[in-house]
Amino acid sequence: MIWRKTVNVVMLALMWLAAAVVLLPLVLILVHLVREGASSINWDFFTKVQSAPGTTGGGMSNAIVGTLVLLLIASGIGLPVGIAAGIYLAENRTARLASAVRFLADVLNGVPSIVTGIFAWQVMVKPVGHFSAWAGGVALATMMIPLAARTTEEMIRTVPNSLREAALALGYSTWRTSLTIVVRTALPGIVTGALVALARVAGETAPLLFTALGNIFFTVDPNKVIAALPLNIYSFAISPYDDWHRLAWAASLVLIVLVLLISIAARYVVRPKFGKAVD
Amino acid sequence: MGGVAVGDRIYRGVTTLAGLAIVALLLYIAVEVFTGGWPVFRKFGLGFLTSSAWDPVHDVYGAAPAIFGTLVSSAIALVIATPLAVGTAVFLSELAPRWLGQPIAFLVDLLAAIPSVVYGLWGIFVLEPMMRDSIAPFLQNTLHLGGLPIFDGVSYGPGMLAAGIILAIMILPYISAVTREVLMAVPRSQREAAFALGATRWEMIRDAVIPGAKSGIVGGIVLGLGRALGETMAVTMVIGNAPTISASLFASGYTMASIIANEFAEAAGLHISALLAIGATLLAVTLVVNVLARWLVARVGVRYT
Repeated sequence: MIWRKTVNVVMLALMWLAAAVVLLPLVLILVHLVREGASSINWDFFTKVQSAPGTTGGGMSNAIVGTLVLLLIASGIGLPVGIAAGIYLAENRTARLASAVRFLADVLNGVPSIVTGIFAWQVMVKPVGHFSAWAGGVALATMMIPLAARTTEEMIRTVPNSLREAALALGYSTWRTSLTIVVRTALPGIVTGALVALARVAGETAPLLFTALGNIFFTVDPNKVIAALPLNIYSFAISPYDDWHRLAWAASLVLIVLVLLISIAARYVVRPKFGKAVD
Repeated sequence: MGGVAVGDRIYRGVTTLAGLAIVALLLYIAVEVFTGGWPVFRKFGLGFLTSSAWDPVHDVYGAAPAIFGTLVSSAIALVIATPLAVGTAVFLSELAPRWLGQPIAFLVDLLAAIPSVVYGLWGIFVLEPMMRDSIAPFLQNTLHLGGLPIFDGVSYGPGMLAAGIILAIMILPYISAVTREVLMAVPRSQREAAFALGATRWEMIRDAVIPGAKSGIVGGIVLGLGRALGETMAVTMVIGNAPTISASLFASGYTMASIIANEFAEAAGLHISALLAIGATLLAVTLVVNVLARWLVARVGVRYT
């Protein structure tokens, strides 16, 4: 019995230890981000364009605006398609085609982001002969579609069937019932899902390497190459300049805060009234 | 009522089309990447996957170093991450009081929200010096493991072990989240039955909870493997980027994802095709791994409903 109790205590202690060890890197990373990055975040960081290699000063305004442009393109393409696909999945829950689409959406979600990047290069860069923000946006949209589709489906499934039946009984057509009753009810959840998808692609670098490419100048023209925060963090981190390393930490801190802000915004959008999924 | 029927048809058509767009997109990705790599598959055949010659100057390509690096770095990641992630999940679902469990679960999920490139930055400026000054000397001098081929040679910081450690941190939250979910799917009555038979808490976990959730836990680990295989930026920044196959984990290497990230922008002609062929191989491997993971997790869900 003493042996069994000893084993019990040792194993339980190991699990407490595992949880503590897992949190260690998180703390280390956040501490370093704040310590190395916070001091470089000032007015210049947000308003000035990046400096030439080897020179000091400058900011990240071109990268911040570039990231916003890329996210705008990605959302403009990815969210309508993803949400409509989610509606399809929810409205045809048991159809065999819908099961296949659901499965393939999960598979698409597992495609490595670098593969998404070379795909976008093949279809958006190679044919026209130059890199562009459009190509970067399409690459990010490709990642958003399955994310938005699956969350939209889950949220629509939380709407009780009785609501749908009531609308149909009042003589509403199917499409009106779906759009103005069911989707309307699930809307806060769908917005949450859209924001989560946005937060997820905001920090992506690999899909942009050979599409948006990066740009040391300020631009909002989607036909041109464009800078992005993750791209700048990468190129600044592997550069030999201390001043750029400093800016890379600052950009990482800003990027993380951006991702967290979107995630927190997603939490505060009111969830659908009906709680758990009803089947 | 003709207008109503038309509206329904349009609505149905548009949403179905969006659903089919997902299928089309996945097929499109597969076709584009495979056709892009086709010239290399045709020229080198299956030998492309086993040849270790990667020489863009002489236009000779073999994917073996990249495949080797992907497998080794992912294996290191799994060896480190699995016990920690499963231990954390068990802690969260079986041991932690609610007030402690919820914030810790949130923090573990936060690990998944950190962008890959930020892990890479941290890897370059924190992990690599740590690797060079503490981890490698500790393994070689304190533990006297320097005689083993895998810990042979000098660590300059970047290398296979650094990549594996970063990957481990990155896949931890995924394995932990899936494991926690399948553990929670095990019925309460199982635990109560074990306690009623006089089991200690650990025996209850080992004999009543883990067996029912085993397939799901393995599924979570396989899902983590899928993430590790395709992870790009953090690995590219710490693995050293050299097309070599070395037994030492301190040596530089490449992974399938990092060789694409590092060389694609400067590639031309057959070199591009070779990188696309590696992308196609990576896509095929991750598809198989992901489908396997989903099947394993789904099995647990089925058993308890």
